[in-house]
Amino acid sequence: MTELLDLAERVAGWTRGGEQVEAYVARTHDTSVRVYDGDVESLSSAQTEGIGVRVIAGQRQGFAYAGSLDETSLRETLDDARDNAGFGTVDEFLGLPAPDGVPAAELDLFRVELAAFPTDRKVQLAIELDRVVRAADPRIRGVETAEYGDASIEAAIASSTGVRAHARRTTCSLYAYAIAGEGADTQTGYGWSIGRAPDDLDVSRAASMAAERATRLLGATKPASRRVTAVLDPMVTASFLGVLSGALSGESVLKGRSMFAGREGEQVAVVGLTLTDDPTNPEARGASCYDAEGLATRRNVLIENGVLQGFVQNAYTARRAGAASTGSAVRGGFKTTPGVGTRALALVPGTRTQQELLSDIGDGLLVLSVQGLHSGANPVSGDFSVGCEGLVVRDGVAAEPVREATIASTLQRMLHDVVGVGSDLEWLPGGAAGLSLAIRDVTLSGA
Amino acid sequence: MIEDNVVQRVLAVALRTGGDFAEVFAEDKRLSSGHLDDGRVEELTSGLDRGAGIRVVRGDTTGFAHTADLSETGLRGAAEAAAAAARAGGGGVHEVALQPRADRQAHPIAEYPADVPKARKVELLQRADAAARAEGSSIRQVSASYADSRRRILVANSDGLHTTDDQVRTRFMVQCVAAGDTGMQTGLEAPGRTIGFELFAEVDVDEVARTAARRALDMLKARPAPSGKLPVVLKAGAGGVLFHEACGHGLEADLVNRDASVFRGRVGERVASPLVTLVDDGTYGREWGTYAIDDEGHVAQRNTLIENGVLTDYMWDFLRARKEGRASSGNGRRQTYQHLPMVRMTNTYVLDGADDPEEIIRQTPYGIYCVALGGGSVNTATGDFVFGMTEAYLIENGEVTDPVRAANLIGNGPDVLQAVDAVGNDFLTWTGTCGKDGQSVPVSAGQPTLRVASMTVGGTAA
Repeated sequence: MTELLDLAERVAGWTRGGEQVEAYVARTHDTSVRVYDGDVESLSSAQTEGIGVRVIAGQRQGFAYAGSLDETSLRETLDDARDNAGFGTVDEFLGLPAPDGVPAAELDLFRVELAAFPTDRKVQLAIELDRVVRAADPRIRGVETAEYGDASIEAAIASSTGVRAHARRTTCSLYAYAIAGEGADTQTGYGWSIGRAPDDLDVSRAASMAAERATRLLGATKPASRRVTAVLDPMVTASFLGVLSGALSGESVLKGRSMFAGREGEQVAVVGLTLTDDPTNPEARGASCYDAEGLATRRNVLIENGVLQGFVQNAYTARRAGAASTGSAVRGGFKTTPGVGTRALALVPGTRTQQELLSDIGDGLLVLSVQGLHSGANPVSGDFSVGCEGLVVRDGVAAEPVREATIASTLQRMLHDVVGVGSDLEWLPGGAAGLSLAIRDVTLSGA
Repeated sequence: MIEDNVVQRVLAVALRTGGDFAEVFAEDKRLSSGHLDDGRVEELTSGLDRGAGIRVVRGDTTGFAHTADLSETGLRGAAEAAAAAARAGGGGVHEVALQPRADRQAHPIAEYPADVPKARKVELLQRADAAARAEGSSIRQVSASYADSRRRILVANSDGLHTTDDQVRTRFMVQCVAAGDTGMQTGLEAPGRTIGFELFAEVDVDEVARTAARRALDMLKARPAPSGKLPVVLKAGAGGVLFHEACGHGLEADLVNRDASVFRGRVGERVASPLVTLVDDGTYGREWGTYAIDDEGHVAQRNTLIENGVLTDYMWDFLRARKEGRASSGNGRRQTYQHLPMVRMTNTYVLDGADDPEEIIRQTPYGIYCVALGGGSVNTATGDFVFGMTEAYLIENGEVTDPVRAANLIGNGPDVLQAVDAVGNDFLTWTGTCGKDGQSVPVSAGQPTLRVASMTVGGTAA
């Protein structure tokens, strides 16, 4: 169980005088079963492992990685990182973190029963999901994907500055993508169920979500262009928070890439809006005991009552900003150096249900999904323009569906234009929780 | 990478439990990259990924396993796991007779990046930083990235195919942030080709940096984009991604077979304006999506998808083609040896028409002139797509006037294809990364300047 930590410690132990070395070692076992038309289309089962080594010498940094953990790879990766360090720019703020005394949260993110869950049962779950989606509604024309997936993920970090961290977690998921048809009209919808062990999975929930999301947009038309109050569905709010996350990174701020730079202590959002990042909450899908530099994660309040409190930091950005790391180093696996980011963003929920929010606004749009967020929402400029689908809200209730439309505003304005926060907080796949959020004065573009 | 007789024995193991097709895909990918940000070369990175994916097909079921261990023991283990995953019953002994190995490469490489001193790569980054900052004090931030990769693959299968490819790619990217009275804006330029360090004999990094800087500076003067339906003129190169999204994905045979494409059952029908001829060409020049063989060992080819508005064919990988009793079109690709292949685009192009690009603008009384695009996405089942304009201008009275702020364009693939009403003769390409089902592969898109009579622009101005 600590084999990975031993490996990381060995590599860190090869540190020479005058340099710092950090070894990050990761291993993932995963299984994926895809079913199409009632039969298994593919079944893959695999182990992936690798190491990423960071070397800081003479205030310069180098990095290398390898997708294998044999002795030669470990030595060569360290050598490559060392060589690369000779080409970085001298920067006095470079340096690995030392342990900061913050105790890591005790999080129960690993389920031993996953390893004992037989492949046949995984196959059955995927077949069952495909069947239940098809049976959910006569208008379901097909299931493009019905998939079971799981992973057991283990990672260890050791450094010459004394960091030692080891963590493991399991995940399980069901995912369905349904196609609904009525006459010449086609719509699609996805549904999922996620957990840490197979027992957490709920086939009927995933199936009914996919069927409902696909069928409720049948008959959708292009809406007239106008200004509206929009109620974002929890999934959409979570995506919106994901965009804000980029502007709340200490790295974006240092490098002049955040619309929030220099605005600490200012009212950046409507009074009553509070945003936290708390990876120590085991409910969060991004929950984690340690950050990507091996420091304990912690709860960080980013916006309180509409006032910007601060940013998330890793060791480097904290040192440059004259602050302390907030335990917010993140990395996309062993192939990258640590960046800065949030793992578990959530708004503090309000008291209104989604239905109550709709009746509060009277007329507007319930936004069920957005497209093009990565190209249409810019955390530097704040420009926001995304494709959307949803239901027109008339006299306080959700009415006819609309599609092929966009909603646009700026992120800055949207935060001030929040007119209602839902009570329906839900942790979603990815790094954020969703809830229904009402935002006024959004431009809807359609016909 | 792996000896011939080992490949042969591993394929036999893979078929031992009754599979009717087995394949070994081995990959050795070395990467080097450098990143400059905030005036500092943050670090150089070296990476190595090496391993093999083994696929066993039995009927409609595919079993898949992969390993980073290229020894015979490691490969046999993966072959057994893949065979078990294919849920085979029967059993028996299969002899696989491999054809003589065909070693391929799309074109010769003049200067392998691994042979280039790291200091030269660092120097490119520093030059780009200086060139971008020289565009004016409003340029507040510059990041520049250099990346090269050499990906050697070997594909062998139970049909006897035995082939290799050696793919070298080099890319350079500059992103700038400009600040002014209206806030901050960003600009990006990122050329890349399937060649070695000779890229920099063709691409001037100073010019790349100036383009990114100018894009950010121009956007500082931008007005809010209009909202609603307007004619959109797409500058050559910039709009290729629209066709990639609007119809390319819908012409991938895996999605068509799953009834997840609006283009299903429409071969032979007019699906676009007669001005539109669309090809996907894995052999084209030394573009970002070019290769000698796809990741199933099939030789890359040029496939005509839409000819003068009429749908002529879809794109195919091995499995989907086998089901239909036809040949793969050379479009089976995977991100790494850890992924199963699927139908993917390569270089997807709208071919030149007859119109003068300047005349297209002159004949547009009011509309949008789109010069650069960010990413896009499509729902292939409905054809609805979005893509983001990152540099765009208003056209007023037949002239390009003020820049407009970033906004998404939205439309429906089949509708937009029919609405193309002018196609220029100034074809250019664009370098990008295509994501599908969690896998990213390098692609290019391209088109001449052309006009879509009406698309919805998602701005904030009335």
